Amino acid sequence: MTPVTRQSAAISARGVTRAFRSGSQVVDVLHGVDLDIRAGELTYLIGESGSGKTTLVSILCGILWPTAGDVRVFGTDIYTLSDRELTDFRLRNIGFIFQQYNLLSSIDAASNAAVPLIAQGMRVVEARDQALAMLEKLNIADQAEKLPSQLSGGQQQRVAIARALVHAPKLIVCDEPTAALDATSGRRVMNLLREVAIQRDRACIIVTHDNRVFDLADRIVELEDGRIIDQGRQLSETD
Amino acid sequence: MIWIALRMLTGDRQKFYGLVFGVAFSTLLITQQLTIFANLLERGASGVYNVPDADVWVMDPATRTIEVAYPLPSTALDRVRSVPGILWAVPHLRATASVRTGAGNLEAVAIVGVDDSTLVGLPPRVAPGKVAALTSPGSVIIDDVGAGRMFGVGNPVIGQRFELNDQRAVIRGVTDSFPNFTNQVTLYTRYSEALSYVPGTRNRLTFILVKGDGAMTDQELAHRIAKISGLRARSSEQFADDAIEYILENTGIPMNFGITVGLGFIIGVAIVGLTFSLFIRDSIKQFGALKAMGVSNKAIRRMVTAQASMIGLIGYSLGLVGTALFVWGFSNSATFKGFYIPWQVPLISFSAVALILAATSRIALNRLMTTEPAAVFR
Repeated sequence: MTPVTRQSAAISARGVTRAFRSGSQVVDVLHGVDLDIRAGELTYLIGESGSGKTTLVSILCGILWPTAGDVRVFGTDIYTLSDRELTDFRLRNIGFIFQQYNLLSSIDAASNAAVPLIAQGMRVVEARDQALAMLEKLNIADQAEKLPSQLSGGQQQRVAIARALVHAPKLIVCDEPTAALDATSGRRVMNLLREVAIQRDRACIIVTHDNRVFDLADRIVELEDGRIIDQGRQLSETD
Repeated sequence: MIWIALRMLTGDRQKFYGLVFGVAFSTLLITQQLTIFANLLERGASGVYNVPDADVWVMDPATRTIEVAYPLPSTALDRVRSVPGILWAVPHLRATASVRTGAGNLEAVAIVGVDDSTLVGLPPRVAPGKVAALTSPGSVIIDDVGAGRMFGVGNPVIGQRFELNDQRAVIRGVTDSFPNFTNQVTLYTRYSEALSYVPGTRNRLTFILVKGDGAMTDQELAHRIAKISGLRARSSEQFADDAIEYILENTGIPMNFGITVGLGFIIGVAIVGLTFSLFIRDSIKQFGALKAMGVSNKAIRRMVTAQASMIGLIGYSLGLVGTALFVWGFSNSATFKGFYIPWQVPLISFSAVALILAATSRIALNRLMTTEPAAVFR
């Protein structure tokens, strides 16, 4: 596999630092992180609790401002955008799969999967049609009319995946997708993600500490105390 | 996103019904109490409304309302009749007396003496019975609410005899008129007859009712009469307003109703505020996820506004329908006779509901606006 460069990287972070204020103390969670993630790969972000992986992924997907540093997502330096532009950038370019799925409890599976399209201004009927097609792809179209509470955990996760993919985003961010699953189900989910989420022009970052599925990653980035200790691959000199 | 917002709201049925109930109850309390208040105030001017023929009421300068009148000398009538611009002017007597009913009960009644020849001063609708019968000696016409109160609702009234200040009186008819403020029984009789029913004092003429020739407005005519005669003259509209003002200034009614309306508002704020806050608190994770996905604060604001508007419209409509049902349901009761919902009342309650929802939405929104999208990963 060829080394990843900043130019060829889908996601590129340089000198990313993040500090949080805790009472009178300032705690540095990330210390000048440099990271490049290639499109078409499944990248795992791993590390112990408190290593800074959630903070890093939040910064990479544009929902948490870094104290210092820059992040480029498919060429856009996202933290030079205004708040409104960044919100719109997320809406159009990033798909989220949350650990708790965070499906809207009072709308059915199809409508849940259609949320990013509806938020982009698409009519509900059209958005639901597209969402249904995505649910079909994930073999869960028969549950489209059910509320999240009527679905099993696995089915809810598929709906969450459908929601993350329905608007064809450039970056998929997935938080601990196998945390509550047994080994077999965990591998099934990861394989499913590989199957539906990985595309040549799309990056996919998965935050996990589930070593049972590490073998399914294309690249594993390991964090410790706010620093990357293993990028999984060397950066080229052209960086 | 509005569609999603409304589905989020209606999906949690318990909270949705709680919110709608809160707004409906508040609207009902505010609208119903304001309706009763407005109608009670209008009853203070019922004596004026019951004589639509009169353009101007003339009275002693000390008289303030129809209920609190100081008598005039009988020569005042000629002074008023001499004022240019008057078509006619007739005497009108208002006094109180005691009645002993056939059952031996004593009842305080209002006596209204109307012009002997024209019967001006009598409410326009009399049924059952005939107005003409009033020309017979000892004849009175009773108001319908008073008839029910004196003889029982539904019992025959025409031909009933009773003792009025030691004199015999026979009921010849029943008016369909606005009840007065105190729901006191009102007996209408000819002016000359009324003089014999009312204990004798030197002056007993209380009002002079005037019809203008149409050459000037009622206020202008009243002004001219006052200037020429030295008496107090008010157009019907002004005199009705005087009666309402008198109640506002001299009774505890505005304060009592004000307190109830205020309580309705506070209850609305409490129920809607608490339930809406709970709803938002429970939905905060979902809103946080939406924010993370790229739903803007502006869209979130629109969502919450849509939710508040939906609650407001349904709750307000239910509250208004409740008030209408209340008014309709009690329309046959003497206490609420002629009650209606003045157009200003729904507007006031709508403003109150809008204020309640604006305040609670604002608090809820503050919470949502300060929720960081990154919180969904924690």
